[in-house]
Amino acid sequence: MKTAPAERSLRLDRIVAIAGTDLRQLRQARDFWMPMVLLGGIFFVFVPALLLGVISAAGEIEAVRQFSQTLEVLPQAAQEQIRGDTDAGRTSYALAVYLFAPLAVVVPLTISTAVGASTIVGERERGTGEFLAHAPVSVREIYLGKLAASLLPGYVTTLVGFAVYSVIVNTIVGPEVGGWFFPTPDWWLLMFWVVPPFLAITLSVVLRLSARVRSTAAAQQASGLVSLPLILLAYGQATGALFGTGASAVVVGAVAWLLAVLGLVRGASSVARARLLGVADES
Amino acid sequence: MGGPVVELRAVRRRFGDVVALDGFDLSAPAGSVTVLVGPNGAGKTTALRIVTGALAPDAGEVRTFGLDPAVDGEEIRRRCGVVSAKPALYDRLSGRDNLRYSARLHGLDRHADVGWAAARFGIEHALDQLVGGYSTGMKTRLALARAVLHRPDLLLLDEPTSGLDPESAHAVLALIRSMAAEGSTVVLCTHLLLEADGLADNVVVLEDGAAAVAGSPGDLARAWLPDTVLRVDAEDRAVLDTLATAPGVLAYERDGGPATLSLDGPERVPDVVAALVAAGARVTRLEPRTPSLEDVYLAIRRRPRPGGDGTGAGAGS
Repeated sequence: MKTAPAERSLRLDRIVAIAGTDLRQLRQARDFWMPMVLLGGIFFVFVPALLLGVISAAGEIEAVRQFSQTLEVLPQAAQEQIRGDTDAGRTSYALAVYLFAPLAVVVPLTISTAVGASTIVGERERGTGEFLAHAPVSVREIYLGKLAASLLPGYVTTLVGFAVYSVIVNTIVGPEVGGWFFPTPDWWLLMFWVVPPFLAITLSVVLRLSARVRSTAAAQQASGLVSLPLILLAYGQATGALFGTGASAVVVGAVAWLLAVLGLVRGASSVARARLLGVADES
Repeated sequence: MGGPVVELRAVRRRFGDVVALDGFDLSAPAGSVTVLVGPNGAGKTTALRIVTGALAPDAGEVRTFGLDPAVDGEEIRRRCGVVSAKPALYDRLSGRDNLRYSARLHGLDRHADVGWAAARFGIEHALDQLVGGYSTGMKTRLALARAVLHRPDLLLLDEPTSGLDPESAHAVLALIRSMAAEGSTVVLCTHLLLEADGLADNVVVLEDGAAAVAGSPGDLARAWLPDTVLRVDAEDRAVLDTLATAPGVLAYERDGGPATLSLDGPERVPDVVAALVAAGARVTRLEPRTPSLEDVYLAIRRRPRPGGDGTGAGAGS
């Protein structure tokens, strides 16, 4: 017996209902979203504003001049893109456009990993997995609902942070380089082409873990181990792509999308009703 | 009652080394209340999970509404309402949001009225509170409201009165009775026999993962406690002792108070009355005692079994 239930076509309204319910619960959990907002605030607002503000205010001091000189080690293509007539302007521009780019990856990965780690095992721990197991939804719909609920908080926080970051950068660095310049084309690519698949790759692994482990604590521990190398990889690829030309970002993004799709397809099979009931490990 | 809504044949399910169901048979006719009774760990919850397809059996045949849960699980689950042993509610959502979530998963409109189901179980006043603040009784009522919201054809209830105060438990049972009267098929798991008494059309006693005995409460009582039991009292209780040797009296017991008699059939009752009158007794009480489901269950559990010690310890999970 033990045959897998036949899968019917996916129903978007049920996926939205599952995701919406998870997001509504997150909204009620102040102890979750306060650190999330704080994280976005630190990475997208506080640190950039402080660093860029200090550099702009400091002007032509020795430290800024030395940093400006280190920009010469960058690839020629990247050097040509750096704007500004002064050392402070060029340094601020380089920081804003290149060195803060990994933030766009770290913030959503951290937030979405935290949500995703508990999303399936949490249903089991709270006993609500029993409700979902008896509900007329397919396991693929459950998986996609959980994926959306994990992805959206991190990605939306990142997009909001990105918008605020753009305003900060243009306000502080813009006058030094001849006007508003941010987001650059590379940042648009990063935000809408590179970051989403990296997020999806991470979540495909995290949701598999969440479906298989016995407790939320175990899922979060394991997810931390998974997301760390992905953050490092994303850091290298995101900055590498940006230091080159837009074409490399397109390629990195395309490969990441391919891996994400493969990961998500495989990940969907990790959700089983028996796991929601908490009896799969004993089968 | 119509044909079977639920049919399980020789269903087997094990978890590791533990056999939860071992050749379990179940048939729940349409419009009936079927009660699964048995000790904790007898396999009742596993059986319910298999009925909806939430859990697949290792072996055996399962049909719900005539459909195979392995193939048509979604259709089956759409027509089922389930109340699990724990209410399985989202504590961080309001009662209304819990109901709406279920409504949407069952294909109802996102603005569908959920108030009627809440009102039916007397929980409508608390719909806008977070469920985390509900009492156990309120949670059970909300779980019941959620289970009937989409007007299911089959209700599966796993110990729905567990943890409730007597008043709430009584109200829940009355509502189950009314829903059965409206035509819903109900399968109820319990180890509290008082719950099932007067509610069950069919009783299935689970032992060691299999249906040890099944039938209507009346049939089971006749099969397992065939004697007619009578409680008799009179102004002069000493006269009652003449019944000890009366024809058809299998057992006689009197401990200072009224007498309890076991007769070899209900047709003996007029003979008993006649014997008392002939002995000059002024009868003040004559009460045929119908065995409760608990009496029947205990008689079944205490029966001698091959290789058993007669204590009826259950197994499985």
